[in-house]
Amino acid sequence: MTTLSFDSPADPILERRRQIQGIAKATVGRRKTYSRAAIGICWVFLVIAVIPLVAVILYTLAKGLPAWSTGFFTQVTKPEGIPNGGVWNAIVGTVIIGAIATAVTIPLGLLAGLFLAESDGWAAGAIRFAADVMTGVPSILMGIFGYIALVRTFGYAAWIGAFSIGMIMLPVIMRAGETAIRGVDPHLSEAGLALGARKFMIARRIVLPAALPGIITGALLAIARGVGETAPLLFTIFGNQYLQANPTKPMEALPLVIYNYSSQPYADLIQIAWGAALLLMSAVLILNIGSRWLAGFLQRERR
Amino acid sequence: MTEQLSRPAAPTSPMPPTIEDNVNLTTGEVFLDRSTGHPVMQLKDVGVAFGGRSAVRNVSFDVFDREITALIGPSGSGKTTLLRALNRMHDTVRSAKVTGKIMLGDTDVYSGSTDPTLLRSRVGMVFQRPNPFPTMSIYENAVAGLRFNGVRKKALLDEAAESALVAAALWDSVSDRLKSHASTLSGGEQQRLCIARALAVEPEVLLMDEPTSALDPIATKRIEELIGELKNRVTIIIVTHNMQQAMRVADRCAFLLMGEDRTGELIEFGSASKLFSEPDDPRTLDYVNGRFG
Ligand SMILES: Nc1ncnc2c1ncn2[C@@H]1O[C@H](COP(=O)(O)OP(=O)(O)OP(=O)(O)O)[C@@H](O)[C@H]1O
Ligand SMILES: [Mg+2]
Repeated sequence: MTTLSFDSPADPILERRRQIQGIAKATVGRRKTYSRAAIGICWVFLVIAVIPLVAVILYTLAKGLPAWSTGFFTQVTKPEGIPNGGVWNAIVGTVIIGAIATAVTIPLGLLAGLFLAESDGWAAGAIRFAADVMTGVPSILMGIFGYIALVRTFGYAAWIGAFSIGMIMLPVIMRAGETAIRGVDPHLSEAGLALGARKFMIARRIVLPAALPGIITGALLAIARGVGETAPLLFTIFGNQYLQANPTKPMEALPLVIYNYSSQPYADLIQIAWGAALLLMSAVLILNIGSRWLAGFLQRERR
Repeated sequence: MTEQLSRPAAPTSPMPPTIEDNVNLTTGEVFLDRSTGHPVMQLKDVGVAFGGRSAVRNVSFDVFDREITALIGPSGSGKTTLLRALNRMHDTVRSAKVTGKIMLGDTDVYSGSTDPTLLRSRVGMVFQRPNPFPTMSIYENAVAGLRFNGVRKKALLDEAAESALVAAALWDSVSDRLKSHASTLSGGEQQRLCIARALAVEPEVLLMDEPTSALDPIATKRIEELIGELKNRVTIIIVTHNMQQAMRVADRCAFLLMGEDRTGELIEFGSASKLFSEPDDPRTLDYVNGRFG
């Protein structure tokens, strides 16, 4: 077939196409190198950032694993010189204190987060600011606050420790909840409004379920953060050599064991401290991984 | 169905263009009918699967130079999926797998030696929703593709931007505020800016996925007219749900329909006039007459 084409060198569009494609082809090698170099630099910095993390995990693993025996998980803490000490009382304490803090702060934090997400008034602004400040407050201040405000009246008690830890978790949950709720497509709320739904109904039936994966991730991360804190417990729960499940009494907790035993001059107590550190680290790691998995799972379920 | 059809209006011996057809009476610009009757893209047995589940399969047809080819079919028949296969947009979707052969001129689109970014500078795309880059000015939006492709010469950038904005019928309303943000434009103007942005790279093929479905009827009409004018510059493949639109703008038409297993297949391909008046397949007739889908 003969092609009679009206294309001529004078055709400005074809001329420009040739020019642009020429430049694109001539620069593609340089652009590719540039892009690869940038990605390479990202990798280098990623590795640099990850090295200390991995080192801490491996070191704790190496030091802590030898401490893990059946007795470690079933016996209560014993003073230096008495063999077969464990951390059972500290495990129970951490679980109880963590559970109380979680049970109080999650509903509170979520409702506050919902308010922040739905409201732009001065009150929301002030609360948001307070939450941000609270996130930055050194955790020892929460412990001192718990001591001054509560311990001096009620005496040392586990629930005061839970209160101090809750003060650290609360702003985290609030802001995570707010972010997750704000991430929900506003068109969905509008669809609810257009059906005559009230604001709270829309929040309960449409927005909160849609934000659930983000909310759960935020809550689990806040719990992981809370149970690892030492300073708020130092002045509030006192510590306890015996198994104690009554939250109005002094209690032992894993961070406290690590703190107290690691500064002792006795090898077996330091060993227990490493074991407790490994246990706490594993629990936090499992919470983190679990939150990611759960969020991913929920996201997939909805498709 | 996949045999090659002759160009619908193809004269066997080329006719010289008439003045009425080829002069823009307002600007005095002369359009030449540059179409050569050659296929610029060829699809052979193209299929796309997501995670092993086939979304479209067995699609073979030719896309002819400076024609408008419309992809029509009910929702879920794989029009978007097929369109995105043509410029390797599925590369970023890990579960997606494209099979068969797609040729752009002499270039095998999915060959290992084809650089996907160079390919995409030759096969541009306009999306369903206007998506100008929000932090860039109108001018910067128009030349964004050129900059991504390594063009730095100011003269070439300016020339390409003006030509693309003129072609997208946007120049007159924005030439005095090229520095303002793209978000200050109306929805229809934003979509025309996106068309200009795609045109500025001077692609050989322009893919459009329901480019008017987010626009009002007046903006839609303007874009439709625009598409008709653009075909002298670029080969267009357009997905549309709107039969009238397909009838108005398309030279050729491909009808996709999903079968029993929910996988889209090419039912019929041919000149738009034939597909809309006397199609070979009864399912095509039903669809274009609005009897299902
Ligand atoms: N990223 C993806 N992952 C998995 N499946 C997908 C993906 N994209 C599309 N599909 C599936 O491919 C099929 C075809 O979808 P496609 O979007 O191409 O249809 P369409 O013809 O463009 O429909 P519409 O007219 O509604 O835009 C659908 O069944 C869809 O679920
Ligand atoms: Mg689509």
